[in-house]
Amino acid sequence: MIDEMTSSSSAATLLVGTRKGGFVLRADDRSGDWRLGEPMFLGHVVQHLVLDPRDGRTALMACRTGHLGPTVFRSTDLGDTWTEASRPPAFAAGDAHGRAVRAVFWLTPGHADEPGTWYAGTSPQGLFRSDDAGDTWQAVSGWNDHPNWGTWAEWPDTEGTPDGSLLHSVIVDPRDPAHLYIGLSGGGVFESVDGGRDWAPLNQGSTVDFLPDPDPAFGQDPHCVRMHPTHPDRLYQQNHCGIYRMDRDEGRWHRIGDHMPREVGDIGFPIELHPRDPDTAWVFPMDGTDVWPRTSPDGRPAAYVTRDGGTTWRRQDAGFPERAWFTVKRQAMCSDGGDPLGLYLGTTSGEIWASHDEGEHWRCIAAHLPEIYSLEIAHLHADVGAGAHAGTSR
Amino acid sequence: MKVRIPTPLRSYTAGAANVMADGSTVREVLADLDRQYPGIRFRMVDEQDRVRQHMVVFLDEHRCRDLDASVATVGELVIMQALSGG
Repeated sequence: MIDEMTSSSSAATLLVGTRKGGFVLRADDRSGDWRLGEPMFLGHVVQHLVLDPRDGRTALMACRTGHLGPTVFRSTDLGDTWTEASRPPAFAAGDAHGRAVRAVFWLTPGHADEPGTWYAGTSPQGLFRSDDAGDTWQAVSGWNDHPNWGTWAEWPDTEGTPDGSLLHSVIVDPRDPAHLYIGLSGGGVFESVDGGRDWAPLNQGSTVDFLPDPDPAFGQDPHCVRMHPTHPDRLYQQNHCGIYRMDRDEGRWHRIGDHMPREVGDIGFPIELHPRDPDTAWVFPMDGTDVWPRTSPDGRPAAYVTRDGGTTWRRQDAGFPERAWFTVKRQAMCSDGGDPLGLYLGTTSGEIWASHDEGEHWRCIAAHLPEIYSLEIAHLHADVGAGAHAGTSR
Repeated sequence: MKVRIPTPLRSYTAGAANVMADGSTVREVLADLDRQYPGIRFRMVDEQDRVRQHMVVFLDEHRCRDLDASVATVGELVIMQALSGG
């Protein structure tokens, strides 16, 4: 079921986090064939696997198993060798809330001017920072110990988000390393302008349909928040309750998902932005009706794209099966920066689909993988070779 | 004392199923284990000193939930796991 890709995106490398380990999927420069490597940490839950775009060689993997505690592994050779963080993200001993990290859920490389800096979001909803490329991690105490943490965060987190509360979508403003955003499922979007020492909710206009007050200051459930890389005041989020856009100067979310077809709705997990056009974004809608199947609406998979900041949306389903029940998680949709832009998504049924023409046509480039949790593009430094995990063509 | 290592943790002990660690309490034995095999303790015990959900420590045949329990008369500390996550 692996198709050839012969486009500008043929040199792409994808890092795949699954419920049963990590994988590298590489496009062969000459043939365009996609080559799936051997599993890394087979049997481990890999929530996120990310390459540092600043050096093109350092990869971090957020890892745990059902029975072992959470940790972070580091590699500088595309997964041939891994070293465990000597101090993984952890709350302070004797923490006033009694919190312990259950899972490292999200990894974000830091600002370009701060090489080696990374952020990690965890469950429960902690924020951690590393200044040594992921070897040791410190709590961002301005968040973890904020006087309002117990109010803003989902705590105790036994009745909220399935599988536990999450801190995700850690975003660093490319203009200012002290300007940060985070997303809480549940809890909402929060912003810091002082490097994480203090925080404020940023949820005006983002409504909720699962709380008595439909327009609270916090308590929303953003599934995935994105900042446009070249227009950092343009934010998008795929929320539990719709698709939203914010222009930061205005400071209010607008439900651009209202312009989606009614029969499809505007519920989903991921949202992906065009790196050169702040008005272009893709979503992959899921069924958020009834008991929330979270599969493609009516079993008809499709991406939807807006080219005008959410005023209109267009269906992109060419190449997808006519009927299929995909679920695409919040970290499982990415793009490769190419022109035209290559788009990729991974399903919980273990398939990776790619489009080399900005969503107009889709092809399955890998199948039979475990449940896919995350999919990230990797732009490798020239001397980072294929390595043992490049594997053989399937 | 002898410590029996379950398969999911043997990546830390270079594959060894049985290792030696010193201490007068479970806490001290685990600390010595972590000195020899850095990182192994955090996979078993969280930052609030709670043994993780699916981990079980036996002192010989007796289940132990107290990290401060004495191991003075114990022959073997056995780490076991419920292999959750299927």
